Formats: sequence, structure tokens, C-alpha cells
Amino acid sequence: MKLKYLMVLAMICALSVGLVACGSDDSDDSGSSSDSTSANLIESNADNEGVKLTIGSKNFTEQIVLGEIYAQGLEAAGYDVDTDLNLGSETVALQALKAGEISGYPEYVSTALTSFYDTAPEDVPGNADDAYAKVQTDVAKDGLEAFPPTPFQSANAVGLLTSKADELGVDKISDLEGKSQDLKLYGSPECRQRVDCLVGLEDNYGLDFASFTPVDIGLRYEVLDKKQADLSIVFTTDAQLGVSDEYTILDDDKGLLPAGNVVFLTDKKTVEEAGPDYRSTIEAVQSELTEKVMQELDARVDIDKETPEDVAADYLKSAGYTE
Amino acid sequence: MIPVGALGLFGDAFDFVFSGQEAATGGVQVGGPEAVFDLAVKQVEVTLLALGVAILLALPVGLILGHRGSGEFVAVTAGNAGRAIPELALIALMATAVGVGLFNLVVALAILGIPPILTNTFVGIRQVDRSSVEAAKGMGMSDREIITKVELPLAIPTIMGGVRTASINIIATATIAPLAGVLTLGDLIISRNVYGDAGVLAGAVLVALLALSLELALSGVQWALTSKGLKLQRA
Amino acid sequence: MIDFVQIAAVDDSFFKDRSDGGCIQDNNLFCPSWVVDNYDRYVDPTLQHLVLVLVAVGVGFLIAFSLAILAHRRKWLASPFLAATGVLYTIPSISFFFLLLPITGRGTTTAIIALTAFTLQIIFRNVITGLRNVPNEVTEAARGVGLTPKQMLWRVEIPLAMPEIIAGLRIATVSTVALATLAVFANGGGLGGEIIVGSNLTFKTGIIVAGSIAVIMAIVFDALILLVGRLMTPWTRAAAL
Repeated sequence: MKLKYLMVLAMICALSVGLVACGSDDSDDSGSSSDSTSANLIESNADNEGVKLTIGSKNFTEQIVLGEIYAQGLEAAGYDVDTDLNLGSETVALQALKAGEISGYPEYVSTALTSFYDTAPEDVPGNADDAYAKVQTDVAKDGLEAFPPTPFQSANAVGLLTSKADELGVDKISDLEGKSQDLKLYGSPECRQRVDCLVGLEDNYGLDFASFTPVDIGLRYEVLDKKQADLSIVFTTDAQLGVSDEYTILDDDKGLLPAGNVVFLTDKKTVEEAGPDYRSTIEAVQSELTEKVMQELDARVDIDKETPEDVAADYLKSAGYTE
Repeated sequence: MIPVGALGLFGDAFDFVFSGQEAATGGVQVGGPEAVFDLAVKQVEVTLLALGVAILLALPVGLILGHRGSGEFVAVTAGNAGRAIPELALIALMATAVGVGLFNLVVALAILGIPPILTNTFVGIRQVDRSSVEAAKGMGMSDREIITKVELPLAIPTIMGGVRTASINIIATATIAPLAGVLTLGDLIISRNVYGDAGVLAGAVLVALLALSLELALSGVQWALTSKGLKLQRA
Repeated sequence: MIDFVQIAAVDDSFFKDRSDGGCIQDNNLFCPSWVVDNYDRYVDPTLQHLVLVLVAVGVGFLIAFSLAILAHRRKWLASPFLAATGVLYTIPSISFFFLLLPITGRGTTTAIIALTAFTLQIIFRNVITGLRNVPNEVTEAARGVGLTPKQMLWRVEIPLAMPEIIAGLRIATVSTVALATLAVFANGGGLGGEIIVGSNLTFKTGIIVAGSIAVIMAIVFDALILLVGRLMTPWTRAAAL
């Protein structure tokens, strides 16, 4: 009892300082502001003062965390930063960017190519550099610019309970042939229109589902838990996949759900006005985002229920970008 | 002044409903009369179901409590408490704790509809002129006859007021039903992703029209059910 | 320019061990210890919520009260006003947010306008009923004593109508607190964000906390208004409710 009390007290201390410095019960203080990383510290540049940036994001955890990371990093670099996170799906975010409501937002290369530039999923380059090059040329036509990609990639995936997968005897998407007409699929509202989602599964994989129900992205695992969905569209970087064996994803054997690294999409005008630190800060803060790290950050929000703001702050501190 | 752009947007919304559009992401048609009609039907269905359940549960209880004159605290507090329930939290909690789907949604909506009907039925019955009730008792009517032939008809205006309040709550919450996996017109509003700004506006207008129509319909029902004598009295 | 070092700066201790579960990890219905540790994330949303409610009810009261006084004088205005405020009451708030979208955009203003519109009929109806219920003998007597209509209104009718007015204010406020959770759809802040944004939508404890704050706020406002009403109308204390 007393130990618990002390821990609660300690945690209230940490919170009141404004940083999740002490972390949770289990982990010790990461103390990773070690010597090798002090070189990463973002310094506030006086040139950036007065430059106003609005960072947007799409409407699920990973996006909101990325948005916070970028926003806080840019803030540390001296910019005047506002956030407009949780905008909606990719079309809404792109619209906001083109309308000047936001300065930029993180987008997956695969989504940009398939949803904005009519690239068929099989034509999305598997090689991250090639995909980046393609995106750069495509967005340039719209007066936009894509900053270099993150180390990690993410993709849509067909997820289900491991027990269900065993029951059906499926481990790749094509295995669903002949079985899918009895299965209920749940996905995000925009999944109905996306070629790397329902449209692709129906047209390219040739699958017919018993039903498709659109639900909020945040509910993608809930519907599996509640056995309302047999299949649910999830993301390969989801924390839930790493934490337990309860869920599994089917192998995309035909390569029709392409993976994409994240690139920060912004417009040329903002890039000119904001100066070189805009791009270099973004590149810096995302450089540590491997799949493992991104999944950990997603887990802190989705499973540990920390706020994206705190999670981003802790990441930046642990990696030495801020102190 | 209303920006000219706003008028253009209303025009787009009109197109959305009547001729459909290419989805924002391309490739699939959204909107159009059938799709919109389906959503509207779903909303009406869900609303009427929940309203029906709420009436079935709350009306008898309100009638009996009102007739007996007991349970005032419960009946009145129910009304106040019901008003304080944040619909969004109720729907979200239900979706995540119990599950998404039509049945759960109707239960949640009925929960929102019961308090006003219960309170108004109770108050309506209590407010019935005591002398009418006494006269009925004197004539040898049974409790059930008194309730159905004397108290209920006289309390109709108040009771219907409760039903109308309940229906406003229910139809408003049915608009956010997509959060619970049941697609109603609210989907046009909530899934801005898919339907675009034109769809959102179309959804908003249609929901408003639907709510007003329901209100009108219930007013009509109230008028039809109110006895002539009462109508003359109130005029 | 920043010259960053691209090495694994995040070490192994960054990754938490989640193998032993726990209340939050299992997303149990309610985790009290979490609430104790994390209540401060609800502070800002609660304050935003308060502002939404206070402004909406405040403005709503001013408008509805004025309309009711007008309709009390010119009886023919009562029906149209009732109908107009009735329309605003019937239209679901979320619909209203998006009807206003082309005009006022997304933001707190839009949310407040919609919330205010909802309160109008409740307050209008109660004020006008309260004024109408003032017994004729009292108004006659007042006229007999020589009070001008304006004096009569402010010194006699309104004070006597207070119980109804207070009742209407209570109903309007409680309803607005509940409704303000929807302001998140108009990008207007409030507690709704803690209910549906991102992974909050599946976070049972979080939803319960946010919902409970709203309910408690409603109860507190209700009690406060009731108290103020009682203080302002000492002559009604003998009467019930």
C-alpha cells in the first residue's frame, strides 16, 4: 500500500513538472540524455521567430503522435507553432493543406500515390527511395513538397482474432477466397473508396464479403473483441499487434496493400518562408522513428492511454532533441 | 453577410442528394437519392423503434405512479437526471463497453427517451382535475378504467409534450449513431472524409428537415388524440 | 542548420514491458488509480466546456428574456416567437453546427451559436408562462396603485414570474451542459474531445470520467441556480419545489 502511495505521489510530481519524465511504474528513468545524443539537441534559432506554422494530422493515433512530434520539434527550433490535429482522412487533410489551413501534415507515401495520384497498388514502388522519388514528382505538380521519409513504414492490413484465423485456417488474404462471403468486414468510412482497402480487396483480390460496416478507426480492434467483425482493417504498426498474440494480420500475398513510409507534406511557399530549419528539424525528429519505436509510441497512447502530447514530448526528450 | 461561397455550397449539397457525386477519393459514387434515402430510412427506423420502446416502458409506469400519487421523487428526478446525460458519452461508452450495432443503439436511445416521458406522464396524470377522478370513482369505475378513460385522455397534452421532447433527444442522438456502427444520415455529417463538404451540408439539412417533420407529425398525433373538450378549454 | 546524428539514440529502456497487463492495459470499465494520476488532462477541456455553457446560456437568456417581454406586451408575437424558437430547438445541434459551417466556419463561435439557439425556446416559454400566470388581481391592484406598465413589469410581474423563469433557466442549463459535449464536432473544444478523439473512443475509463464531469457540472449548475432562485424569491419558500 505504502509503495503504491509513494508511486502515486511521485507520478503527481512528475506530471506537475509538465513532463512524463518518470514514465510508468515498471520502467526506470530512461536517462538517455546521454553524451552521445546531446548532439541532437534542437536549438532555438532566432531567424525562425515570427514564422507561423500550423501542423495538421489525420484522425488516428499514429498520425496524432507524429503531428505532435513535428509540432513540438518545430517549436523547439523557435517557430511559432499551432496544431490542427485529427482533421480527418487523407482527402480532408490534403484539402486543408491546399487551402492553406495547415502548413503541412504527415502522409504515407503509399496513400498519397494511391489516393491522390491514381497509382494502382501494384505500381507503388516497393523500394522506399523509388516511392519517395515518385511522390516528390507527383506533389510538385500541385505546388507541394514532400520532405524525406521516416525510417518506418506502415500499411493497411486485414486483421482478425488469432483464434478466428486458426478456425478458418487462413494466413494470407487469398486464403479468404471462398470463405469471405460469410465474413463480416469492418473498416474506416473512407475504406469504402480506397483501392488499398475495400475497393482493392473486392476488385483486385476478387473477394466478396457478407457485409462491410464503416466504423471510426479507433474502434478497429473493439469490433474484433466484441465478435461483431470477423475481419477488420488495421495498420501494420498498430501497438495491439505487438502487445499480445490475440490478433493477427493476413499476409498480403498479392502485394495489393502497399506499405508507405511517412513523408511530411507541405507547400512550396511555406518551405521558402520558413527557412532551412523547417526541413532539417522535421528530418531530425523523425530519424529515430523505426517500426519498433513507432509501435512503442502508438502503444503508449492506445494501450497505456497517455496523451499524444505527453508521448511525443517524452520521445523527443529520450532521443535528446529537447530537454 | 452570408458569403457567396455559402450559396454555392448549398447548390452542391442539392446536387449531392439528387444526383450523387464522385467520392472525394475518386472511384466510387457517393450520395445520390438511393444512398441518401437508405440513410434517412435508417434514421427514422432507429428513432421510431427507440421512441416506441421508451413509450412502452415509461408510459405504464408513469400512469400507475401518477394515478397512485406515489413515487413523485423518482418520476421527477428521472426527468432531471435524464436531461443531464451527455448523449455522446452514452453512445461512445455503449459502443465500447457493450458493442456496436442496432440493438445496443436502440437500447441507448431508449434510455435517453424514457426520462421525459416518465416525468411528463406522471405530472400530467397528477394535474388531472381531482373532481373528475372522484366522479369516476363515484361511478364505480375500476382503477384501470379511471386511468384509461379519465386520466389519460386529460393528460394527453402533457404526455405528448414528453413524447415530443423524447423524440427530439432521440433523433438528435440517432444522428451520431454512426459512431456506434449504425449508419444514419449522421454519417454524411460525421464522415466528412467520404462525402465531402457538400455531403456534410446535405446531411445537416436533411437531418434538420427530418427532425422538423417528426415534430410536426407528433404535433398532429397530439392534436388527434386530444379530446375536443380539452381543445376548446385550451384555446 | 541542424546536423543530426542518425544513431539509435533511443535505448532499450525506452520500450516498456507490457506483458503483465493491468487495469488500463486491459481497458477495464473503470480504473480509479489512473484517474487520480491523470485528472489534469481533463482540466482544459472542462474549462472550455464551462465557457461554452456559460456563454450559451447567458446569451440565450438575454435573447429569450427580451423576446418574452416583447411578446408579453404584444400578445400576437407570442405564437411566431414560440414557433421560431421551437424550430431552433428541434433542429439537432450537430446538424446546426454544419448548417452554420459555410457562414461561421469551424470553431467555438459556431458551437456557441448552436448551443444558444437550443436554449431559446425553453427559456422563452418559461418566461412568458411565468408572466402570464401572474394573477389578474395583482396586476389590477398594481395598476390601481398607479404603477406605470414598465414599473409593473419590473417590480411586480417579473418577480412573481421568477419561479418559472428559474425553472426554465435550470432546464436550459442542464441541457446545455449535456449538449456541449457535441461541440467537438464543430471543433469547438469541450469535454467531447476526451470522449471521441483518437483512441479515447475506446477508452472506457476516460469516457466515464468525461461523462461524469459533465453530469456533475450539470448537477452543480442546477443546484446553484435553484439556490439563487430561492434567495431571490423568499416569498415562495413556503411553496413546494
